[in-house]
Amino acid sequence: MNLPDPQRLLADMHQALNTHLRLKRIDTPRFIGIRTGGVWVADALIAARRLDEPLGVLDVSFYRDDFTQNGLHPQVQPSELPFEIEGQHLVLVDDVLMTGRTTRAALNELFDYGRPASVTLVCLLDLNARELPIRPDVVGATLPLSPDQRIKLTGPRPLALELQALAPADH
Amino acid sequence: MTPTYAKRPLQLNDHGQLRHFLSLDGLSNALLTEILDTADSFLEVGNRSVKKVPLLRGKTVCNVFFENSTRTRTTFELAAKRLSADVITLNVSTSSTSKGETLTDTLRNLEAMAADMFVVRHADSGAAHFIAEHVSPDVAVINGGDGRHAHPTQGMLDMLTIRRHKGAFEPLSVAIVGDILHSRVARSNMLALRTLGCRDVRVIGPKTLLPVGLEQYGVRVFTDMNEGLRDVDVVIMLRLQRERMQGGLLPSEGEFYRLYGLTTQRLALAKPDAIVMHPGPINRGVEIESAVADGPHSVILNQVTYGIAIRMAVLSMAMSGQTAQRQIAAEEAK
Repeated sequence: MNLPDPQRLLADMHQALNTHLRLKRIDTPRFIGIRTGGVWVADALIAARRLDEPLGVLDVSFYRDDFTQNGLHPQVQPSELPFEIEGQHLVLVDDVLMTGRTTRAALNELFDYGRPASVTLVCLLDLNARELPIRPDVVGATLPLSPDQRIKLTGPRPLALELQALAPADH
Repeated sequence: MTPTYAKRPLQLNDHGQLRHFLSLDGLSNALLTEILDTADSFLEVGNRSVKKVPLLRGKTVCNVFFENSTRTRTTFELAAKRLSADVITLNVSTSSTSKGETLTDTLRNLEAMAADMFVVRHADSGAAHFIAEHVSPDVAVINGGDGRHAHPTQGMLDMLTIRRHKGAFEPLSVAIVGDILHSRVARSNMLALRTLGCRDVRVIGPKTLLPVGLEQYGVRVFTDMNEGLRDVDVVIMLRLQRERMQGGLLPSEGEFYRLYGLTTQRLALAKPDAIVMHPGPINRGVEIESAVADGPHSVILNQVTYGIAIRMAVLSMAMSGQTAQRQIAAEEAK
């Protein structure tokens, strides 16, 4: 399978996001990246806008719905949101949207900080494997995978996509 | 006394993750660091408008306090609530009946309430171990202080305080001052500091309040406070445990303060940016001068805040370790 180049996807996403924000009349979006890959993607999108906007970082480990199955992620780090959430238009950025569960956890966490005016979801890749009614507003590419495949974003410089095959025992 | 690694299997699951938290004895530097890192993340949760995360939603945490405590009990309660657990607190007064029997009976009652986790404080050393050994295998047990033995969450909150104010442990000089003999806090701190690589740990107190065999913790022992405080980065004062002191160990409190009380004058012997810690409750004018307790070097109230984060970390990690152990057992049964 030919994997897309993240740089080209980002250029398209930058355009699509600008259009989206203009249609929604959002002047000062607040960017939030989901750790780790989402932070890289958000960082790249902010850089393309050349407006020196602050970047919020979200670690959703405390909000995951698989704690009772998988336990706590050992490398959990604090979320850092250098701006108010209350009443703001948020742009939530993740690298890969698969089941939608990470997005759900991120939304729950954000609402514990305050009530945002809106949340726009931006993803580099959509794997078309959603288990929840969550769809991105801006997406780089849709890339259906077979059940034994996973995709990983490596970075931050340069950003690259990597296809991984799951061992047969894992699924 | 070298750490007894025999205790390790009880506290850890087959993957080496925490499943009970009974003592710092035998826990690795990596595991203690993981507790500190996790607590750092929980500290941030305490600054939000909603100070709660859903990690332990639907779980029941039972605080069983056989011994009085305000700070430890309330911060454990708050920690469990901030993790969205349901919390019950039982204050069980110790009776003179056979302690083993009392504990076992209490245990059966608690198990009937389907608690997922017990936080235990008891005046007898080893009580938390006893409960962890006899409780049903799905329940996690956290030691909230047992006799003179251990107070591991206090030890870890002290480590978090030191790390947040002073950074890396290796180059630091840390003095633990006062009633070492009766202090489970001192024991937990000595173990933690050594495991985390602190090279200069000093213990200061009158001979009558120093237990035998202290050298085996890798600490330097001082009976002269002025000598021991010289150039330290951290001073950990201990409370003079009057209720545990049965006669003859000290001439008077006044004498103790004169020789071992932390005054502004004495604190000047430590490094200019030294921090002063105390597990609380403080006895002003007995082991510490008010001007020091309320002064710029004091981080005593920060310790209370850090205590909540440490307890959140330990509760969630132990629950996570129990879950993992259940999965390991299920895999093996297949």
